[in-house]
Amino acid sequence: MLLIDCPWCGTRDQREFTYGGDAAVKRPADPAAVSDKEWHDYVYIRVNPRGSHVELWHHNAGCRRWFKLRRDVVTHEMQGSAPIGSELEPPLPIAGRPGKP
Amino acid sequence: MVKYSIFSLARNALSRHENWPEAWRSPEPKSEYDVIIIGAGGHGLATAYYLAKEHGVTNVAVIEKGYLGGGNTGRNTTIVRSNYYLEPNAHFYEKSLQLWEGLSQDLNYNVMLSQRGVLNLAHAPSEVDSFHRRGNAMRLNGIDAEFMTRDQIAQMVPLLNMSMEARYPILGGLIQRRGGIARHDAVAWGFARAADARGVDIIQNCPVTGIRREGGRVTGVDTARGFIKAKKVGIAVAGHSSHVAAMAGLRLPIESHVLQALVSEPIKPCLDTVVTSGAVHFYVSQSDKGELVMGGDLDGYNSYAQRGNLPIIQHVVAALLALFPCFSRLRMMRTWGGIMDMSMDGSPIIAKTPIGGLYINTGWCYGGFKATPGSGWVFAHTIARDEPHKLNAEFTLERFAEGKTWDEKGMGPTPNAH
Repeated sequence: MLLIDCPWCGTRDQREFTYGGDAAVKRPADPAAVSDKEWHDYVYIRVNPRGSHVELWHHNAGCRRWFKLRRDVVTHEMQGSAPIGSELEPPLPIAGRPGKP
Repeated sequence: MVKYSIFSLARNALSRHENWPEAWRSPEPKSEYDVIIIGAGGHGLATAYYLAKEHGVTNVAVIEKGYLGGGNTGRNTTIVRSNYYLEPNAHFYEKSLQLWEGLSQDLNYNVMLSQRGVLNLAHAPSEVDSFHRRGNAMRLNGIDAEFMTRDQIAQMVPLLNMSMEARYPILGGLIQRRGGIARHDAVAWGFARAADARGVDIIQNCPVTGIRREGGRVTGVDTARGFIKAKKVGIAVAGHSSHVAAMAGLRLPIESHVLQALVSEPIKPCLDTVVTSGAVHFYVSQSDKGELVMGGDLDGYNSYAQRGNLPIIQHVVAALLALFPCFSRLRMMRTWGGIMDMSMDGSPIIAKTPIGGLYINTGWCYGGFKATPGSGWVFAHTIARDEPHKLNAEFTLERFAEGKTWDEKGMGPTPNAH
């Protein structure tokens, strides 16, 4: 079971949340001004990293707010969450994490 | 290669089966190959086999980071079918099913194809309509499809809860009788043995760490055992395609997601059809060992973890019991997860890339197993001729930019919804 840190409600069971995809994807501010390639990349292309991933989640059975979550998609490790509009810290190197030598 | 037959079986029985040769070699990699396939799963091995068999390209290596068939080939739920609506999918998967039908003979290896039928259940009048539409489209494409009434379903699958009081009452179904299941490990082993016999080198426990290019063309791959030159490189690493393609500077219209499956304790034969329901997100079949093999939807979030979480397992078991209340006392034996390359339209990508001599086979969503022979067959053609076969001509990387997506479910660019 994923235990997800909602920035407002604290750590809750994954069943309360809905996944919203890669948070690094940014909609071009002026769609009419971008090239077809930029628009295509926004709609279709994903980095899909094997490791730390910043993603959108919706606390639909809680405060019903969207937020950003940094999560390791290989280990399921939670690496911090933040409200939309604020930046997430990059993950600590493994040696610096709590409980790690 | 020793041909497997009743005679070789009898001959080896005399020596207590102690003298069977290895099914394939474990060679040292050569310094150069005409074609390197990254990934010794079913698709990679099938590609190597058809390169040798259909195109005479035998200076081929299949390079695998772990052991042969240790990824999704051994993690799927072994269903084989071609019941697609859209034409490119229908023709491609039908070719694959036709290859399945002759595969055990072709490979001299029993892949245990059991054409027991794949039944999709309809739970609403609109679903009945859409099944008629898909069945008609399949028949127009030369694929077998048959609509079944409630009574016919009750007779064929007597364990189903046919009550109209059920949460999702069964109103009818679409069956493809040529669909069924196969033994997934045997598919990887059979293709490996047959490819090896034609001179293909299978290099296991050898992760690829880089893809070298020069002047817009691929020149070889860096591996744990050093650099290996290659004129052409094919990527067939479903689940990890974004990671491997990034080694060549490519970004893909792919997200990786985990799909879980589970099996029950083995019981006596009681279910001789593959039963699926889109409405309850569920499918089940009974393996030759007697286990009920079942699964449902993706967990829904990006994952490379090869293991999922409990909510989906609970959902799958709840769906099983909604359809088959008689299984309520079965214990589940094990669960596992595999990593799916979810494409942006739910259809695969089997194509050339912008880099010369580099080809990619990805985006299988959760339909990769049934595609194994067909995928290898068209990917081998694409690599050998440097152009796609007409069966995979639509499955390009560029189709997203061109607005020519093949979205069977009409979900749009939301990979976790396909």
